[in-house]
Amino acid sequence: MAKMIGAIEVDIETCKGCSLCVEACPTSVIALADEVNGKGYNYAFMANPDACNGCTNCALVCPDSCITVYRKKVEMA
Amino acid sequence: MSVLIEDIKKAENLVHKKSSVLTDKVMHYCPGCSHGVVHKLLAEVIEEMGIQDKTIGVAPVGCSVFIYNYLAIDWQEAAHGRAPALGTAISRLRPDRFVVTYQGDGDLAAIGTAETIHACNRGENMVMIFINNGIYGMTGGQMAPTTLEGMKASTCPFGRDPQTDGNPLKITEIVAQLPGTNFVTRQAVHSAAAVRRTKKAIRKAFEKQKEKTGTSFVEVVSTCSSGWKMNPVDSNNWMEENMFPFYPLGDIKDV
Amino acid sequence: MSELRLMKGNEAIAEAAIRCGADGYFGYPITPQSEVMERLMELRPWESTGMVVLQAESEVASINMLYGGAGCGKRVMTSSSSPGISLMQEGLSYMAGAELPCLVVNVVRGGPGLGTIQPSQSDYFQSVKGGGHGDYKLIVLAPASVQEMADFVELGFDLAFKYRNPALILSDGMIGQMMEKVELKPQQKRWTDEEVEKMHPWATTGKPASRDYNIITSVELDSEAHEVFNNKLQVKYREMEEKEVRFETTDVEDAEYLIVAYGSSARISAAAIEILRDKGIKVGLLRPITLYPFPTKEIQRLGAKMKGILSVEMSSGQMVEDVRLAIEGKVKVEHFGRYGGVIPSPDEVADALEQKLIGG
Repeated sequence: MAKMIGAIEVDIETCKGCSLCVEACPTSVIALADEVNGKGYNYAFMANPDACNGCTNCALVCPDSCITVYRKKVEMA
Repeated sequence: MSVLIEDIKKAENLVHKKSSVLTDKVMHYCPGCSHGVVHKLLAEVIEEMGIQDKTIGVAPVGCSVFIYNYLAIDWQEAAHGRAPALGTAISRLRPDRFVVTYQGDGDLAAIGTAETIHACNRGENMVMIFINNGIYGMTGGQMAPTTLEGMKASTCPFGRDPQTDGNPLKITEIVAQLPGTNFVTRQAVHSAAAVRRTKKAIRKAFEKQKEKTGTSFVEVVSTCSSGWKMNPVDSNNWMEENMFPFYPLGDIKDV
Repeated sequence: MSELRLMKGNEAIAEAAIRCGADGYFGYPITPQSEVMERLMELRPWESTGMVVLQAESEVASINMLYGGAGCGKRVMTSSSSPGISLMQEGLSYMAGAELPCLVVNVVRGGPGLGTIQPSQSDYFQSVKGGGHGDYKLIVLAPASVQEMADFVELGFDLAFKYRNPALILSDGMIGQMMEKVELKPQQKRWTDEEVEKMHPWATTGKPASRDYNIITSVELDSEAHEVFNNKLQVKYREMEEKEVRFETTDVEDAEYLIVAYGSSARISAAAIEILRDKGIKVGLLRPITLYPFPTKEIQRLGAKMKGILSVEMSSGQMVEDVRLAIEGKVKVEHFGRYGGVIPSPDEVADALEQKLIGG
């Protein structure tokens, strides 16, 4: 059985911590970090990476184009 | 799960990255601002159509005055409300180019109402993008022509009272009635699905321009977290509950 | 082929615009200049040269259409009369601030407000001092004949593009409406898009891969940088003052008195000078052709030899201030004007000179 697995890469210094990606993620992958970036924003990160299916919803709603999305099809045992 | 994240983050697995038409400058907008999303969609459409060298943009006065810092196309920065007049001349003098104007509600529907209506009525061949967040963002949250009844702004601090402040203006419905418009739609960017629809609308507006049959008009109902004094997520929810009933989404005209 | 024709000043503007290869005219009707657009629409230049002619919804839209067209490196123009020109001041300030060339024709009528439709010269301050906001100048040409109405169209475009700055033809209802013979130049070709892109690399023509993208703007939030930009404008204005001053003198060699007058007033003053010379009073005429840059040095040079100077204008006294600034109190400078749409007669001008300068 095939399954989509995904991963996102957040441009930490561009992220403004708006949370729209957190809200848009259907599998609750993303959270805001406790740490802040150079501008003082709690940036987005993959808090629950195993749940990512690479759907791109986070990148679509991101106003700052700081999310890159990867997706891979894997055969599950 | 045995696949490492680093194994997924490979070029062959890339499904979404920043558009090459966007510059490296960090946008000056507040966190969660809809402008950033619409800028991105505009950049993606220009990139996907391969028209970066054939597109001339007209920037407004308002928060998006500096849109020209973020999309790598030729830009003219207009006086407040006058973008459709600039676009008219650009389109007529360079009919071989795609012309896109980008304006907010104060710019397009208050100070520039005459230019908007007459450019649309003449059917100037250009794409007009209209960001409607019901407030003046750049000047600090004053009442806009599209501010909802009862909605608070710094110049209607107790909520817009139509008796004294006048009524919110549905300018998109007005331009849809004009014979010069060939495609008029109202969209939003509050969810991934909405973003996809808005991108399709912007793409369609540009494709329509190839027909030379008039003005293509895309309103994007948007949020202004700072002006509305809410966080971005609450702003989206407030927009769904309050803006969408008065400014319903969907195509208004497609000819 | 050049052509000798009889026509109104306003019509000459339209004919000259097409013949010099203008790319676009955007205007709004107002008396006493409506013949400019009417003639253009009759001539249908979009069929011959490809020139765009559009009746806009307002003068505000017209001037902003010029902004858009000029931003593409095109030779674009408009014409109007005083109240309409007032509406264009915002756009002119933006164009000066964005360093955009264009040509604006003001066929002046009496103000303030809706005023009158009769000729006047009461828009001098607005034209030469910067009628809009900010530190900027327009290149201002003052025609005194239908021939100059025609000739200054091309000159105005040339100067506007040389300095990337708006140029203004400051005419009046008399020059605009009167008919004279005019020699029209042969048809010139419009610039092609390729020529524009080569000549004006700053223009927004669509970004090719070979260059960075162009931005036409007048906004700069960094005040230090904005001062640097303003200094650049000032350098440009000093260069105009150095190189572009144009004027004409008549009967000045033996003159004891000098009349300074432009446009219609210069023609009336020339007739007044004949009356005065018949009476043995030696009067000469200095006619500024560029009102900005103003012929300050020539007025200083010539004025120093005079017993008195009369500034004759169809206004309550505007250019006289610049004449006085040039003379620096060394010679008596008086003003004579009729205004509100009234045109002075040569006799009135002659009498005024005698009374104000000689004490007659």
